[in-house]
Amino acid sequence: MTITNNTENVVAQAEMVTATIDGFEVSVPKGTLIIRAAETIGIQIPRFCDHPLLAPVGACRQCLVDVEVNGRAFPKPQASCTMPIEPGMVVKTQLSSPVAEKAQRGVMEFLLINHPLDCPVCDKGGECPLQNQAMSTGQGQTRFEGTKRTFPKPINISSQVLLDRERCILCARCTRFSEQIAGDPFISMSERGALQQVAIYEKDPFESYFSGNTIQICPVGALTGASYRFRARPFDLVSTATACEHCAAGCSMRTDVRRSKVLRRLAGDDPAVNEEWNCDKGRWAFTYATAPDRLTTPLIRNEMSGELVPASWPEAIAVAAAGLSKSRAAVLPGGRLTLEEVYTYQKFARVVLGTNDIDFRARPFSAEESAFLASHVVGSTISNADIDSADSVLLISFEAEEESPIIFLRIRKQVMKRALKVGTVAPFLTPGASKLNAMLYHSITEIESFFTNKSLILVGERAAQTPGLLSKVIEIANSSGAKIAWIPRRAGERGAIEAGAIGNLLPLGRPVSNATARVDIAAAWGIASLPSGPGLDTLEILKSAATGQIGALLIGGLDPFDLAEPAIALAALDSAFVVSLELRESEVTKRANVVFPVASVTEKSGTFLNWEGRERGFEQVLKDTTRVSDLRVLTMLAEALAAPLNLRDSVSAKAEFDSLGEWDGERTPAPSEPIVAAPTPSAGEAVLITWRMLLDLGSMQDGEANLAGTARKANVKLAAETASEIGVRDGDLVRVSTEAGSIALPLEITEMPVRVVWLPENSFGSQIRRSLRVTSGALVRIGSEA
Amino acid sequence: MLLKEATSDQMDEIIARYPRSRSAIMPLLHLVQSIEGFVTPQGIELVASKLGLSTAEVSGVATFYTQYKRRPVGEYHVGVCTNTLCAVMGGDAIFAGLKEHLGIGNDERTSDGKVSLEHIECNAACDYAPLIMVNWEFFDNQTVESAKALVDSLRDGEPPAPSRGPDRLPTWKENSAVLAGLNDGHANEGVQAGPASLVGLEIANRQIPEIGEQR
Amino acid sequence: MKLTPVLSANWDQKDLFTIDGYRRNGGYSAMKKALAMEPAAIISLIKESGLRGRGGAGFPTGLKWSFIPQGDGKPHYLVVNADESEPGTCKDMPLLLANPHVLIEGVIIASYAINSNQAFIYVRGEVVHVVRRLQQAVADAYAAGLLGKNIDGKGYDLDLVIHAGAGAYICGEETALLDSLEGFRGQPRLRPPFPAIAGLYACPTVINNVESIASVPAIINGGVAWFASMGTEKSKGFTLYSLSGHVKQPGQYEAPLGITLRELLELSGGVREGHTLKFWTPGGSSTPLFTAEHLDVPLDYEGVASAGSMLGTKALQIFDETTCIVRAVLRWSEFYQHESCGKCTPCREGTYWLVQILKDLEAGKGTEEDLDKLLDLCDNILGRAFCALGDGATSPITSSIKYFRSEYIAHLTAGQCPFDPVASTLFAGVNA
Repeated sequence: MTITNNTENVVAQAEMVTATIDGFEVSVPKGTLIIRAAETIGIQIPRFCDHPLLAPVGACRQCLVDVEVNGRAFPKPQASCTMPIEPGMVVKTQLSSPVAEKAQRGVMEFLLINHPLDCPVCDKGGECPLQNQAMSTGQGQTRFEGTKRTFPKPINISSQVLLDRERCILCARCTRFSEQIAGDPFISMSERGALQQVAIYEKDPFESYFSGNTIQICPVGALTGASYRFRARPFDLVSTATACEHCAAGCSMRTDVRRSKVLRRLAGDDPAVNEEWNCDKGRWAFTYATAPDRLTTPLIRNEMSGELVPASWPEAIAVAAAGLSKSRAAVLPGGRLTLEEVYTYQKFARVVLGTNDIDFRARPFSAEESAFLASHVVGSTISNADIDSADSVLLISFEAEEESPIIFLRIRKQVMKRALKVGTVAPFLTPGASKLNAMLYHSITEIESFFTNKSLILVGERAAQTPGLLSKVIEIANSSGAKIAWIPRRAGERGAIEAGAIGNLLPLGRPVSNATARVDIAAAWGIASLPSGPGLDTLEILKSAATGQIGALLIGGLDPFDLAEPAIALAALDSAFVVSLELRESEVTKRANVVFPVASVTEKSGTFLNWEGRERGFEQVLKDTTRVSDLRVLTMLAEALAAPLNLRDSVSAKAEFDSLGEWDGERTPAPSEPIVAAPTPSAGEAVLITWRMLLDLGSMQDGEANLAGTARKANVKLAAETASEIGVRDGDLVRVSTEAGSIALPLEITEMPVRVVWLPENSFGSQIRRSLRVTSGALVRIGSEA
Repeated sequence: MLLKEATSDQMDEIIARYPRSRSAIMPLLHLVQSIEGFVTPQGIELVASKLGLSTAEVSGVATFYTQYKRRPVGEYHVGVCTNTLCAVMGGDAIFAGLKEHLGIGNDERTSDGKVSLEHIECNAACDYAPLIMVNWEFFDNQTVESAKALVDSLRDGEPPAPSRGPDRLPTWKENSAVLAGLNDGHANEGVQAGPASLVGLEIANRQIPEIGEQR
Repeated sequence: MKLTPVLSANWDQKDLFTIDGYRRNGGYSAMKKALAMEPAAIISLIKESGLRGRGGAGFPTGLKWSFIPQGDGKPHYLVVNADESEPGTCKDMPLLLANPHVLIEGVIIASYAINSNQAFIYVRGEVVHVVRRLQQAVADAYAAGLLGKNIDGKGYDLDLVIHAGAGAYICGEETALLDSLEGFRGQPRLRPPFPAIAGLYACPTVINNVESIASVPAIINGGVAWFASMGTEKSKGFTLYSLSGHVKQPGQYEAPLGITLRELLELSGGVREGHTLKFWTPGGSSTPLFTAEHLDVPLDYEGVASAGSMLGTKALQIFDETTCIVRAVLRWSEFYQHESCGKCTPCREGTYWLVQILKDLEAGKGTEEDLDKLLDLCDNILGRAFCALGDGATSPITSSIKYFRSEYIAHLTAGQCPFDPVASTLFAGVNA
């Protein structure tokens, strides 16, 4: 919980107000609540319903204090969580007012009469605001001799959240969070008076992407997480400040470990990024790192049997080094590395392999995007603060709630607070977009009178799948003065761009094509020169590998089925000498010649750059691990190839990166591609649109069934006209097919353009790339399954 | 007939009365009771979809108010006031008498589905204590015996007219429709003012007007 | 002291509750007068009259209206609180049954005065015939051009919606009423902002009791001097006193503010035959109890307050010596427990606890220390709860222990309630 003064207008409102609390003078920005003004001088007023990020409610009455304004005392104690400090106000808390002290003690006694004495088996015991404040504010003995209110013990309000109504003190933090912050009022207060309780509607579970936050802000053990329940005592946990590895929002987190095992993760407190929230994926998707198929030793392919067999590190390094040096090699580091690691990959490519053939993009992309990243993303300083102050925000190829939930919360906060104008370019208005009160545009070309020079355009990585779209965005921004920010899905992509892990860029935006830039970096690295030819992109690398022009591939995190053309990737993996650095068995390791097991995010330290380019450094959580990071593997390989990288660890890699300095030379020109008309479907055909849901079959969600239980059920969406054209009704099974395969799912009639079909990209029952082998924009066949 | 088809137009009409649609939630729940007899899951779901609310929100509202029932009540829902004044004046005895007479407890319904029983709070007719409400119509100045006779006639299908209400006692569902805002046209029936409402006026009329105090 | 029927004056006139009957008795003449006035002049007139809120708190009505910001560009709303639910209170419902149009006329005048084009009457849902009368009256007023567009040809528009509640005492609390009317659970709101600034739909809103608004037409017609000729210096005018319980003639008695219970009992024939007054509420169960020693307390805002209670709704519930005070208080406490909205801790948990202690005491279980515990719990609820419901819940307990401590102790001594419940019934000796 935020203890410090977190009032957001602190900076803007310079006007200070001076008052007295318990005899101490305190000056705070106008509008500061008494309870938070007291915090600034170290006076802790007990509280339950109060939360700095929720609207004041004054419901629990625990924070009552005596207040005097202009020499006139309020006749009764006031809730300090709802009353702002006024000039000359005299506040007496429990420390100096017997009346306030008794009022607080009385409220505490009331709260405890119906609270069960199950602290010894309660997850919250040891970190429980009720327990703590009962010690500070309560009385040792109860005067209650009656019958306690009882409810059946915990009920599942979703597969991941349990509710114990006996422990609940009805502070309504959870329901207020769900309504005010997440916009998911799937839990509500129910019944009345002493029977009041938090409830879901029986048929509709609490399936909010943000549900875990309610557990974290619950001041008692009423809400608990199914995955953590009964696993640990808080005082046995060792906490480490970490950053979330899942998406590009870069949430600050806390990771709790007991005996070398991660037991839970909590949202960290970072007002500039995630305030005090995170999404359920960030909170609960961490068991992938302890999956049974986790790699433990290096593996090399036995040339006789064709099997991968365990090998020693020196042996594997030697085989890998030999393979990489034998023929032209390229590097595919993937989009999930730390800045330090991806910097090391690109240095390895340029220094050791002598090539610019490196591309972090393990997803559909385009040459237009390469130019866009170089011209508009690298070095960009657009940040969350720009969302906070924007006149309007346009989302393009970006479903904020699904693809970057914390950005969604940030936008929604402004929508709620000041009716921020939001637009979305999408085939239909998703639940997430409607929670932003977004205006729906089917095409970027139909937007009128939306932009000012304080508008912000948030472009998702999917924009690369629509030829000409990024160029159009740039054109609009240039004419309106609006700012553009690009939001990738993966946590490591912005870092990879800044590090230069792409064929057209050296570190920090230096164009490969620029001789000065190459000299700059070569000097910093202490080598004679850098390769000057433009590097191949991921697809070109894979095509060349499939045809034998490239003989070796050094691969970080890559899944062929994330790419636009999985078949080419699989062919490349089959023909080239593949060195794979991986956590777990994958399509790549299955085809690799040498496999190195690498450290997961908890087993290393490092820095992610989030979409803003903001550093999200994190410490190593599991200190006693013997796991080896990607960086360490690369330095060993480099040494084996007699081209040392001079990067001992992430600290030295970061130091070297930081020492390179900004590039103030020419930038890569912006792309200028024409919009290409979408294919025209005939009856029985449709243009496919697809994106990933937050919770889906992503491999980093493996092993967490409770989380998976709250994923949205996959369906197929069509306009009513399209549905009637193929003779299907709402709820009917619709089959979507290509030459490669098909998917059949129930139909949800949706207001959207005709002959457009939507499917989730990688959800249970709908794995587009595996089944259909196409991307968004492809023409597919649709038909009734019956 | 399905709830949705039965009420869709009425729901739209009720929603249109309010500057913001959410305000229609209470009349819509009364409307659900006028068709279903109580607030059914279908009712909650229909109201939620009509108003663009979550089912949890609608259910949270429905469970807050005691007039919204979770299970079927009788065709005639009998409420006996047992708040202090009515209780002391005989409400407790009446309620006990009815429970025994009907063989049901609080919040229960007779097996024929005709009558359900509930002890209610002050119903703003203390000058007519002890008070019974049937389907929220006034039955004033009750005794144990009159109350038993009342429920007997309800079960026999011969409901007496309320003390201050329409000529014919409406059913639970019919009155729920009135609460939903649908005028049933019976407003002009029944007395204008009951006897207790007029005692003060009658005494005043007997007082000799003093100079300057004529109205 | 004389009775002064104004609101109830024509309740015996034929078909007063219809629009024709109301007009026959001079109805809607005040509206005509008012619509010819400047809105600000109406507010001044009501201010000068000294009319104070008849719903319990006694806030000056004209002053409340004057808080509505004018020229703010926002819609304004008038909401009439017809959620009459305070135990013992039974004045607004008979008024609305007998004369719904006087309220509508008052609504038109008040709405016009505060520049509102949309008004609501929030009527409790447990009185269907009252709802019916209001619905019909509104329909007839629309048909007669008294509501809707261009009222009475004066260019003023007003829509009026009858909104039925669904059983929740707390919705009589004005901010809970607003939340309820907006379609939420009826729980009180934080103040500030006050409804006059951010009320219904966060717009400036006046919330008045039925009797307050129904008094407006008479004041417009009768004038300030006439109104002030009744009542006391700070509590002007006439009002409905509701007499109930162990009296010969329970009912509505309209009199100038400041009349005493002794006078009202004399006028009405007194306590029931053969019995004596034991305790009474001046304004519903939330106002601390009085006893025979308070018979001469002037029943106006100041008089009752200086005697340690509140005028409240002027619901005079009379109990004679056959009534067990512990039973009476327990029953009220059960009411508060049932009606506590659940939002704040002291009220929700406090009422839950109070009932348990009182149940034991009524059954003769417990010790005298439990009385002190009760008083201490009341001290922890009074002024600590979110709204006045919690305060109200403590009133019967603290006042009853003040006046009848020995009777509580008698229960403990006897190990049971020493009273015969039959003796207090209306039909005692008849068919019990």
